[in-house]
Parts: sequence; C-alpha cells; structure tokens
Amino acid sequence: MSLLTTEKEGKIVARPGIIRKTAADLRALPNLSDYAKADLQAGLAGLPGGGVNIAFEAVDRHACGPLRDHTAFRFLGRDGSRKDLSYAELARLTNRFANVLRRLGIVKGDRVFVLAGRIPELYLAVLGGLKMGAVVSPLFSAFGPEPLRTRMRIGEARVLVTTSELYRRKVAKIRESLPTLEHVLVVDENIPGTLDLGRLMNEAEDEFVCAQTTAEDMSLLHFTSGTTGTPKGAIHVHGAVTTHYLTGKYALDLHPEDIFWCTADPGWVTGTSYGIIAPLLHGVSSIIDEADFDAERWYRILQDQGVTVWYTAPTAIRMLMKAGKEMPGRFSFPLLRFIASVGEPLNPEAVWWGKEVLNLPIHDNWWQTETGGIMIANTPAFDIKPGSMGRPLPGIEAFIVRHEGDSVAVVDAPDTEGELALKRGWPAMFRGYLNNEERYRKCFAGDLYLTGDLAKRDADGYFWFIGRADDVIKSAGHLIGPFEVESVLMEHPAVAEAGVIGKPDEVVGETVKAFVSLRQGFEPGEELRMELLAHARKRLGAAVAPKEIAFLPSLPKTRSGKIMRRLLKARELGLPEGDTSALENSA
Amino acid sequence: MEDIRAVVIATLKKIAPEVEEQELKDDSPLRSQVDLDSMDWLNFLIALHGSLSIDIPEADYARLITLSDLVDYLKTKI
Repeated sequence: MSLLTTEKEGKIVARPGIIRKTAADLRALPNLSDYAKADLQAGLAGLPGGGVNIAFEAVDRHACGPLRDHTAFRFLGRDGSRKDLSYAELARLTNRFANVLRRLGIVKGDRVFVLAGRIPELYLAVLGGLKMGAVVSPLFSAFGPEPLRTRMRIGEARVLVTTSELYRRKVAKIRESLPTLEHVLVVDENIPGTLDLGRLMNEAEDEFVCAQTTAEDMSLLHFTSGTTGTPKGAIHVHGAVTTHYLTGKYALDLHPEDIFWCTADPGWVTGTSYGIIAPLLHGVSSIIDEADFDAERWYRILQDQGVTVWYTAPTAIRMLMKAGKEMPGRFSFPLLRFIASVGEPLNPEAVWWGKEVLNLPIHDNWWQTETGGIMIANTPAFDIKPGSMGRPLPGIEAFIVRHEGDSVAVVDAPDTEGELALKRGWPAMFRGYLNNEERYRKCFAGDLYLTGDLAKRDADGYFWFIGRADDVIKSAGHLIGPFEVESVLMEHPAVAEAGVIGKPDEVVGETVKAFVSLRQGFEPGEELRMELLAHARKRLGAAVAPKEIAFLPSLPKTRSGKIMRRLLKARELGLPEGDTSALENSA
Repeated sequence: MEDIRAVVIATLKKIAPEVEEQELKDDSPLRSQVDLDSMDWLNFLIALHGSLSIDIPEADYARLITLSDLVDYLKTKI
C-alpha cells in the first residue's frame, strides 16, 4: 500500500493533498514567538527602573534618541495653516501638560477627559495625561451634551480639556450634573469657571519624569455602545503598547521614514490607537487634519504631504468614490505605498476602486474598542480577498463559535456562519467595563472573548464579516447604541414609545432611523417630526441622533414589553419577519 | 441676496431643525456653529441644489465654509 493512500471503511482511499495543523500539533510553541519577543525588545524600551508607559514609549524614548528632531505630528489647520512638532518638542510640551495636571493635584488613576477637534492640545493632553499616570478618555466632539454627560459620569471625570466653543455649546449646560468634574481646562479663552490652559502651559516646567506605571495599570478609557443600557467604558492598560507596536508593524507596515495619515478622530478608538500611539511608537511622522471630510482636500493632502501609508474608513472611501474618477486624476500619489481601512466591512468594489484609481488595493482589517488594536487583517505580506477582513495577525487566534446553551462550541467547518471569537490574553485586550463586572464577564466563554460580530471563515483562513449579533448600529464606522437614542426620544412629552434601528445605507453602512408612537393628544405631522428631530439632535449631537423619524400607531413588542427592533428592521427592509412567536399580540 | 440667505437657512433647518437663525454668525464656519456630520453636510448641499436648481460641483465644496461663502457662491451661480 502506498503511503499516499490509507484505508477507510475497508476501502483504499487517497490521502488529502494537504496536512492541516493546529497549535496542538506543534506540542511546543514555535520559536516564532521568540522572534516577536526579540523584535519587541528592540522596538520598545520599557521604563528605566521597570514598568511600562505608553507615552514614554511613544514620545520620550525618541526624544532622547536619533529621532529627536524628526517630525512627530504635522497639524493641518482648517484655515490652511501648518504646524510641525518634532519628537523633542512633543516631549517638552507633554511634560508641560503633565506638570499642569500635577499642579492641579491630579494623581495616578484620576480620569482626564478630552473633548476637542483634532487640534494640537488634544494630542498633548492625551500623551501628557498618560505620562503622568492619569487615565485618559478622549470624547468625540460631535457628541451632544447627553452622550458627553453619560460618559463623564460613568468615567468619573476629574478633569476635562476642551475648547471655548465646545464648552459653551455642550459642556456649560451639563456641568452642574457632573459632581466629580473639578477642573475644566479651556485651550483658547479665559471663561469664568474654567482654567486657561494656555496660561497654565506657559507657567509649567519643561521637565517631567514619567510616572512609574506597570503593564497592568489603566491607561485609556474608551466608551462603546451596547444594545441595552448605558455606554460601556472599556478599560485599557499601559501594556497594550505591545499590541500597538506589533500591529503597527504587521498590519500597517510602519517605518520611521513613513508619512502616515490615520483619518480617524481620537474620539474613537482607531484615532487613539492608530491616530496617536502606534505611529509614534514607530517614529513615524503623522499627518493630522483638523478639517472635516472633503474629497478634494483629501486628495490634496495625500499628494502634497507625500503620504506613504494611509489608514482610513469605508465611509470615506465610498464618499471619494462618489466624487468621481475625474477628481483623483488631477492629482498624483507616487509615494503612497500602502492603504488600509477599518470601521465596517469594506465592499469588494471599494478594494478594486483603490487599485484602479490610486494604483493600490485597499487592505481591510478588523478590530473593536474592546480589542485595543488590530486583530484580523489583510496585511502587506498576504494576498487580499476583496470583501474579506483578512486573517488573524501573528499571536492572535480567531474562531467561529456557535452558542449551545450557556457555553459555546468552536465551529471548524469552513464557510459556516457563527460568532467571531478570539482567544483571550493578547496585550491590548480590555480589562473590564468600568463598574460593570457582569457585562464584562458576559463577553467571555471560557478562554474565548466573544466579539458580538457574526462572521464566517473560509477554507484559506480568511474571515468574512456578516453582521452584528445584537441591535447595535454601525454608522460611518461608529457604534451607536439604540437604547441611548431611544431614551432621549422618550424624554419628549409627545413620545410614548421609541424603537431605533440601523437602516442600510450605501455610503455610511447604516443610518439611524427612529420609529415612535405618540401619546394621546399628539398627532403625527411634519411639524412634530421636525420638533423631535431638533430635540434629538440638541441632546445627542449629529453623530448619534437619528437621520429619519417615522411615526407608527404602536411599536411591535414582546409580551414582556420589550420593543422588537429586529421586527422594525425587517419591516423597514421588506424582509421576512422571522420568528414572531414572542410578539405580544401574536397568540 | 436676502432671498438666497433665507433659502439657505430654510434648507439647513430641514437637516438641522434645532438651528436658531438669530444665533448664526455669517462669517464663522457653519460646521463649528451647527452640529453637522459629513452626511448632514452632503445632504444639505444636495438639498440646496434641489431648492435653488443650482448645480454645486463636488470640487467647489471645499470653498463653502461660512454662511457668507455659501450665499456669495450661490449668488454668482444664479
């Protein structure tokens, strides 16, 4: 009998043409991990005297090395201005900010929130805060007062850094309801009840010794939304810097000579992990554009700044596609060498559009607020499957699982839909939801972190996103919790019930659509619709408020009174309604 | 001139009904006075095209920052 055949049920059959291995077949961990370890030791320094601090690795280490005069950030203002900061200047200014906090009596573990557009002070506050051991939470400047209040309350903000305009429009009216908030530092004006950050920075010392944080000390607090209840504050630690470093290398291929542009706002996790931390770890020069999306402006930045690595989002790519092929034809991008995208699945057309128009395919990748860094990616090293999020990065084990009662079972068969799960333990994994141990525990089954995303894995190991396992809405790459929107609508005296869904949209993925039923005495009509929209926008801000509001006589509910968003969505899309046995008036 | 400004504000209020006309400053960036995300902004420009029948090519979007920019631009197109 040939070695290429085997006996199965009494018959001689050919063996398969491939030997598939699992980690268990290796019996010992491969030496590749030693390679990663050696790489890390060369790439990250660790604090003198032990411990680790993200800001030290990102800034201070370079400020006293060969990259001291290298540009760390180039800030492009709305008005066409340009401001460069070298690694040495960044170290000096973040030292000053750390000293400002210290003078205010801020100590390790205190929460410092930042609410600003993409201006230099935001970056100084994040890095300076981390440097002095504070826990930093960047907030999205397009949030309205209500999402800001909720997040600062949960996070027990002690300090807020913001601008005069945002303070007046959004913070002043909620300040009284934030008893923990002691100091508001305003960057550009002296407003009564706040501190003038400019003056404090001028008075502060240039020298600061980085706080002796450990890998498990809390560094950043990023808020994310769930289906029910308030937003969750995902706790991250200084040790996450290992993931930021390695993913900057494997998924984005960052080199010190790169000009890198991450278009995400630091109010979302991408804009912090990859808009601030990862590029600095690699000694890269980052472009930060203060202005909002504008197709021509973006092409001009790619060209004029000589961007080499670009990390952006599907919504932006689709908006560029909408602006037509003529516009990019007026620019050239000879230095651009790698493009990646994150936030929601990148449709195959967009991957191919990149290849045709920018002469480079776009590499989609996948991760979440909770993972702290890129987990699954189309990398420079591997073939791209357009429409797929790619394969797990080195050190990451990803699975498709099926729920079986209280536990989960790993699905090995390729192309089978299930929940995407990751083996716990990578350095940037979140360490909890602030003050919500129960919700944190619910994210795990044994050794696996359950992502809440539905996906499938093909026979080549590429993962394909299918949708969310819950009702969370993904709009322009941002997660929006329907509960947060419904609660605000319910505050309006006319509203009896509210149900909020994500309505598919070809550019932004999903838009927020609200269905409301009215209390007695109120009649649906254009005027009331506009009033509700104004109410929601004032409270929630443009990024979270619904784009559409529809009236219904009543909303579909379960017998226990829970609004069935799934059914609202099915009806909106004209899809089969599925199992409606739980509907209150179904039986 | 006044008519165009009125149309611009009426169109803006369809997207962002919370806008208080008397609080708008003509010469400071509209998007720093009114919360408009990228989608709102695009919808606003598209709606302007609808209400005034003026074609606003994408290449001109970058110049339209303040209320005065918009009014002046639309005036030249009428």
